[in-house]
Order: sequence, then structure tokens, then C-alpha cells
Amino acid sequence: MMKSFSQRFLHNPLVIVGLSWLTLVLLVAVLADVLAPANPFAIVGKPFLPPAGDFLLGTDSLGRDVLGGLIHGARTTLLIAVLSTLAAVAFGALVGAVAGYYGRWIDDVLMRLTEFFQTIPSFLFALVLIAILSPSAMNLVIAIATVSWPPIARVVRGEVLSVKSREFVRAAIVAGQRDSAILISQVLPNTLSPLIVTGSLLVATAILVESALSFLGLGAPNQMSWGFMIGAGRSFMREAWWLVTVPGIVILLTVLSINLVGEGLNDALNPRLADA
Amino acid sequence: MRGTALLFYILRRLLQTVPVVLGVVVLNFLLLQLAPGDLATVLAGEAGGAPKEYIDLLRQRFGQDQPVIVQLYRYMAGLLTLDLGYSFRQSAPVLQLLLDRLWPTLLLMGTTFLLSLGFGVTMGLLAALWVRTWKDHIVSVVAIIFYATPLFWVGLMLILLFSIKLGWFPTSGMEDVVAFNEGWDRVVDIAHHLVLPSITLSLFYLALYARLMRASMLEQRGLDYVTTARAKGLSERQITIRHVLRNALLPVVTMAGVQVGSLLGGSVIVESVFAWPGLGQLAYQSLFARDFNLLLGIFFLSSCLVVIVNLIVDVVYVLLDPRIRIG
Repeated sequence: MMKSFSQRFLHNPLVIVGLSWLTLVLLVAVLADVLAPANPFAIVGKPFLPPAGDFLLGTDSLGRDVLGGLIHGARTTLLIAVLSTLAAVAFGALVGAVAGYYGRWIDDVLMRLTEFFQTIPSFLFALVLIAILSPSAMNLVIAIATVSWPPIARVVRGEVLSVKSREFVRAAIVAGQRDSAILISQVLPNTLSPLIVTGSLLVATAILVESALSFLGLGAPNQMSWGFMIGAGRSFMREAWWLVTVPGIVILLTVLSINLVGEGLNDALNPRLADA
Repeated sequence: MRGTALLFYILRRLLQTVPVVLGVVVLNFLLLQLAPGDLATVLAGEAGGAPKEYIDLLRQRFGQDQPVIVQLYRYMAGLLTLDLGYSFRQSAPVLQLLLDRLWPTLLLMGTTFLLSLGFGVTMGLLAALWVRTWKDHIVSVVAIIFYATPLFWVGLMLILLFSIKLGWFPTSGMEDVVAFNEGWDRVVDIAHHLVLPSITLSLFYLALYARLMRASMLEQRGLDYVTTARAKGLSERQITIRHVLRNALLPVVTMAGVQVGSLLGGSVIVESVFAWPGLGQLAYQSLFARDFNLLLGIFFLSSCLVVIVNLIVDVVYVLLDPRIRIG
């Protein structure tokens, strides 16, 4: 017998572990100002205090609280990753839906464009975009979204192609619905499950890209982020191992959790594939 | 006969790369339009970078008073004749700088490519043979962790452990420049410096290929031709090596081709962590010097590199897969 979606999804122990960590990070990000009221850039003590002293995770080279930085970093990193993924999903879905639905030369042109964006070295492109637009939270979102929409477009196009000749779409055409209405109300809802899986995995990639950009010093200025903390701590690895180690573990756990949940979603939404 | 067919196939694929290369040139031009200041000042490395005569020369060459489309045409003509301009920050022609830095990057990428593909395929193959045992689970867990680890952090952790604590490997650079090694000693020295950067860059791709290889092996094993081979009386060993492995490799090869662009992006990070003197480190430097001409030159060259490697992968694919007929 086929189990229901929530049974399949929530009975997976890896999904539970992933969801727990993500819930924690999300809560911390939302409640950052309550949990760590001080400005994360404020100097609170002596530099290089080791963990488990006055400050749970120690202080950095300037005497800033590492835990406070992680808490505020969660907000920056998550916000940028989620916003850029939403932008990529919106744009990718539009491109994929239009290409799949209209077919012919429109499909050709849009798919060549998608392939082009998949061919060019995407991280390098994001780097160039930020360098030219100047680093800011908004530009990070733009740059990450610009390099991550192609997989979404491909997924949506494939789904639209398989749905558009089905009877309910034909019925809507005969009933005189407009193209845009058919796409939004008939076709796109059917592409939702692969879209959710691909989109959730994109958030993980976006976190990695955002961290790497912040690590290189191209992150949002005046906003604490995990990648920035690692970049700032790398010169002091000899004296203070925790400055680099701890934020890295936080990034690793977060990305890992998203991947676990994304794969759990995939298995739960495509039960036949999971059993194979 | 097959030789000429292959040649035509390569020529046709070569022709297909033209729009991509042109696309990158147009993209570069659009990016330059986004930057503050006019094309000439941006190309010359912004304020203070270049003498006024050079900027005037650039203005004249790109026809700043002409419509944008004419400027695009002239910019394109420059790039396609490999005239990438001059970097006043580095006091050298851009093309010269790029060619100097190309080899270290190719060395790093090539080593990573072989390392990740070799170990990834082996790990995936073993996991598939051990499917649903504790050994399979260990491979899967390791793969999913590597897959989620930020590159720059792996690099720093490896430096922390193997360079700072244990002192086995150098922390940075490509060779010991003050040692003036020559011949074989130099090769050994460079290989010694290469270990940590290439491991760092490999882990993510190793995980990717291992997961893909495992899935691909399991999928192939359930197909009809395996049953046929078994009915024919072949041993499991023969079936795995001669039939399943070859077919299971194909999606991995495709993926390896797709990943070349991301490998280049990864090498920017790894090169800046390990001060590896390649294109990535040059990109990092030009970024902060706001040397857009050099940065876009790197972007252009990297894109061309990706296109070329994709072409090679496609040819390898044709040679590997007997089902694909060309012509």
C-alpha cells in the first residue's frame, strides 16, 4: 500500500535531523536581536578568548563575540540565500513555462539562453557581477539568482511539456481561457513537486555561494555573515582555531540539513522512484 | 570511414561553440556598460590607472560618440583577435598575464579532475557492489558530507591540520621560489605544493561522482541486457566489468563535462586560500584592484576553456559509447 506524503516524509530519520537543525537556525535568525541584542561588530572583551570561558564560543581578533556573530550571520546568510532562490525560481519558472508552453522558436531561443548560462563558469560570473555592481545585500541576491535559475527553467520546461497535451489543459483552451491563466492555474500547479525539490536544493547551493563570496570579501558590507567570519579568522588560525572551525561547521550542518530535507522531499513526492 | 565521420562531428561541434563564445563577448560588453564610467575609463582600470593618452586612444578606438552597437562591434573585433587590452595595474598586456597564469590553473584543474573522477568512480562502484551493507552506508555518508562542505573551509582545515599542526605540507604557493629547484627536484616540489589544493578542490566533485556512479550502477544492473548476459553464462565479475561498468560510466562522464565551469569557479576560491599563482588568484587580485579589463579577460578565457573541455568530453563520449552514431 502506498503511504501518504507526510508519513513518507516524516518517517525518514535523516529528514527529522535536518528539519530540527533548520528549525533551530531559522528561529535563531528570526530572533537574532533578542538572543544577541548587542551589535555583532561591537567589541565585548579581550581578543582571542578561547571558547567555553566568558563567551561560549570565544572572541575573535578584535574581541567580538563569536556566538553573537554566528547568530546575526544566520540572519544575513539565510535571508540572502532564500531571497536569491525565490528570485531564481520565479525567473526560471517563467522562462521554462513560456519555453515549454509555446514551443517552436520561442523554446529554441530560451533553451539556447539557458544552456548558455549553464556553460559559462557561474561562480566566476557571480564574482564579476558583484565586482561591477559593487557588493551589497541586494546585489548578492541579484548575482546569485542570475547564476542559479537555469536548472529551474529546465525542470519546469520538462514538466510543462509533459502536461500541456493532457486533457484538462485542452479543455481550458477550448473553454477560452487566456494563455497566462492556463499557465498559472492549470499547468504550473502540476510542476510544483519537482519545483519544490529543485528549489530547496538551490537554497543549499545559494548558502555555499554566499559564504564563498563573503569569504572572499565580497559579502554585504556591515552585515555579519558566516563566510565573512571565516575570511576574517583565516589569518589567525595558528592562535585561534575556533574562529575558522566553528562557523565552517555551522555552514556544513546547514547545507547538509537542507540537502537531507530536499532528498527526503524528493523521495516522499516520488514514491515509486524511492522504492526502486 | 569512422575517422572522417569523427572529424566532421568535431567540426560541427566546433561550429556550435561559436554562438557561445560570441555570447560571452556580448555579455562582457554589457557588464562593462553596467560599470560606472564610460567604456574607456573602465577598461583602463578606472581613475588613476592609465595615462590620459591611453584613455583617449581607447575612446577613439571604441568610438565613444558612435551608437552602442558600433561600440559593441569594435569591442568584439578586439576580443576575437585576442587583443584583450592592457592592464595598467599590473603593467602588462592582459593576454600575457593570462597566459602566464593559465598553466598553474590547468595543472590544478587537471589533477583535481583525475583525482575526483578516479576516486569518485571507484567509491561509487564499490558502494554499488556493497549495496545496502554498512560499507555502502559509510560511502554514502562520507559522500553526502563532502557534498555539503564549503570548499574554502576544507582548504583552511587541511592547512590547520597538515601544515600548521603536522607540518607535512606547505601552506601556500606553487613552489619554493628561493630554493631555485631545477629539473626533477622542481617537479617534486610542485607536486608537494599541489597535494592540499587539489584535495580541497576534489572533495566536492568526488562526492558528486561517487553518488552518481552508485545510482548509475544500480540502474544499469536492473536492465535487460544484464539478464541476457547472465543467461549467456557470464560470471558476475565479467558482467560488472565488461558491461555494467562501461554503461554506468557514461552519465558520470557527462556530469564531469558539465562541471568544468564550476571547477573553474572553485579554483578561484582554492587559489586564493592557498595563494596558488593561477587564473583564480589573478581574478581575486583584479577584483580588488577594480581592474575590470583583466577580470573580464579572465572570464572570457575561462568561458572559452569550458567550451573547449566540453568539446573534448563530447568526443570522448562518442568514442566510449558504441550506441552513439555520428554523421
